Amino acid sequence: MSSAARPPSPLIVRAAPLPGCGVQPLLGCRVRAGFPSPADDHLDVDLNLHDHVVRRPAATYFVRAEGDSMLGDGIHDRDILVVDRSLEPLPGRVVVIAVDGEPTVKRLVREGGQTLLVASNPRFAPIPLAGCECHVWGVVTHVVHALPGGQA
Amino acid sequence: MIALIDANSFYVSCERVFAPRLEGRPVGVLSNNDGCIVARSEELKALGVAMGAPRHLLPPAIRRQAVLLSSNYALYGDMSRRVNAILAEFSPDVEVYSIDESFVGFGGFDPAAVEGHCHRLRETVRRDTGIPVGVGVAPTRVLAKVANRAAKRMPAYEGVCRLDAEAPATRALLERLPATAVWGVARRTGERLALMGIHTAWQLREADPERIRRAFSVVLERIVWELRGHPAIALEDLGEARQRLMVSRSFSRLTGERDELAAALRQHGAQAAEKLRRQGSLARAVLVFVRTNPFLRDEPQYANRRVVPLARPSDDSREILAAAQRGLAAIHREGYRYQKCGVMLLDLVDRERRQLSLLEATQGEAARQCSDRLMAVVDRLNREMGRDTVRFGLPRDNSAWRLRCERLTSRYTTRWDELMRVRIG
Repeated sequence: MSSAARPPSPLIVRAAPLPGCGVQPLLGCRVRAGFPSPADDHLDVDLNLHDHVVRRPAATYFVRAEGDSMLGDGIHDRDILVVDRSLEPLPGRVVVIAVDGEPTVKRLVREGGQTLLVASNPRFAPIPLAGCECHVWGVVTHVVHALPGGQA
Repeated sequence: MIALIDANSFYVSCERVFAPRLEGRPVGVLSNNDGCIVARSEELKALGVAMGAPRHLLPPAIRRQAVLLSSNYALYGDMSRRVNAILAEFSPDVEVYSIDESFVGFGGFDPAAVEGHCHRLRETVRRDTGIPVGVGVAPTRVLAKVANRAAKRMPAYEGVCRLDAEAPATRALLERLPATAVWGVARRTGERLALMGIHTAWQLREADPERIRRAFSVVLERIVWELRGHPAIALEDLGEARQRLMVSRSFSRLTGERDELAAALRQHGAQAAEKLRRQGSLARAVLVFVRTNPFLRDEPQYANRRVVPLARPSDDSREILAAAQRGLAAIHREGYRYQKCGVMLLDLVDRERRQLSLLEATQGEAARQCSDRLMAVVDRLNREMGRDTVRFGLPRDNSAWRLRCERLTSRYTTRWDELMRVRIG
């Protein structure tokens, strides 16, 4: 997850099963010596990663990134993007946008009174939003990026 | 007040959300197994392509221009679930009428605020799902249907049309509406009404309810009351929406037992299949839905639905029940107490039309006749010796059937390996 994760809590928790996924034990513990913590009373809390990432289920979609022009925003080829259609496409946000009927990903930047579609890779020149045949599909809220060993 | 929310060309709209390039083009959705048109975009309608037209009989010029897709029931079922989840945010009183139509009750809401509420509802559905819907609001279901039709056809309403029983605008609309366009008025009824001098919806509304009941039926009398703005019709009395047939029921008490749900769905499915055979239709897909009681605020809430396509258009109870059980397996969750479940048969086709189909999944003539004879015997036994004389156990899932779905789009919202791809770069 690229968004701010919560600080690791001294709890061992079990992730609630996601539909279609197996149960993944989520280890959030710091090993401590000494007396048992009072927090141990709260063992067996179910943490559902889906709840953390998906704020509005009916409006949230997962899409697959293809290409590397948004590396600067932490989006790699093959990453899964969490897209919330209910959020406003404000400047600074990363959006899925259909340009000439093709969905792509860009960051919205407000500059000199106009909104630009910007890729984080400097090889791609910014495009002014006005005048381009496009409509915003949704706002990217999180990136699911697998590190070596993490691929499904 | 009650609202009817109806998606525009629902299957096509679902496809367009994930393939924006289809916007503005003539798009049709084909049934997977017999290659007949089951949904059309406005552009395809404008080309003169009829509902139910077999693909192989379309003129080559149209086949070249149009984008024809296999039906992606996994996607349509999920998008339908999302739309309904949003409706439930606007009122706890949501009744599923078909995969793309729902009634939303606004009892207890300030009537003056309902219209604004409906505009927000429509915009939220559009924003969150990309699906355009029309909203008709009125004091009764029959008037809500009239309002819905106006909302979709007349751009001035901007997608939301409110009809009050006594408003001049309502009268103007009803005077222009043929009586046969009123919900529940069949064409033959219309012919007999015409003999009585009743041609328009307004004339039907002004007719003497007593006289209508004697000449026709209690249901038509209720329609007269509904046109006058007095609620008289329950959802079950409304007859069937186009192209679908539903059996659903609330449990007498809430249940969390999967077996109870399965048994109820088996009964609903068998009943729906019997209705299907009685009206001489075949279904192409089976929708299963379950939900908890949304009025119990303290209970954990869950509602879901799943569409399971059939291997070929069918009226065989065994095939329909097997599909229903597969649907239940996919959506049943432990930890909830369910209030209602139901089975809906979708994308119906005339039984007589089956012979036209060239692309149908293979089923030997002998097997088909065997199925027909078996079902006829079951129906006769149940008719003559009483309902449920013959019931169906749990049919075995016949996974050997393969669907023909060459033009199938991705299951964008239900499969990790089929997510929408966004090209970056």
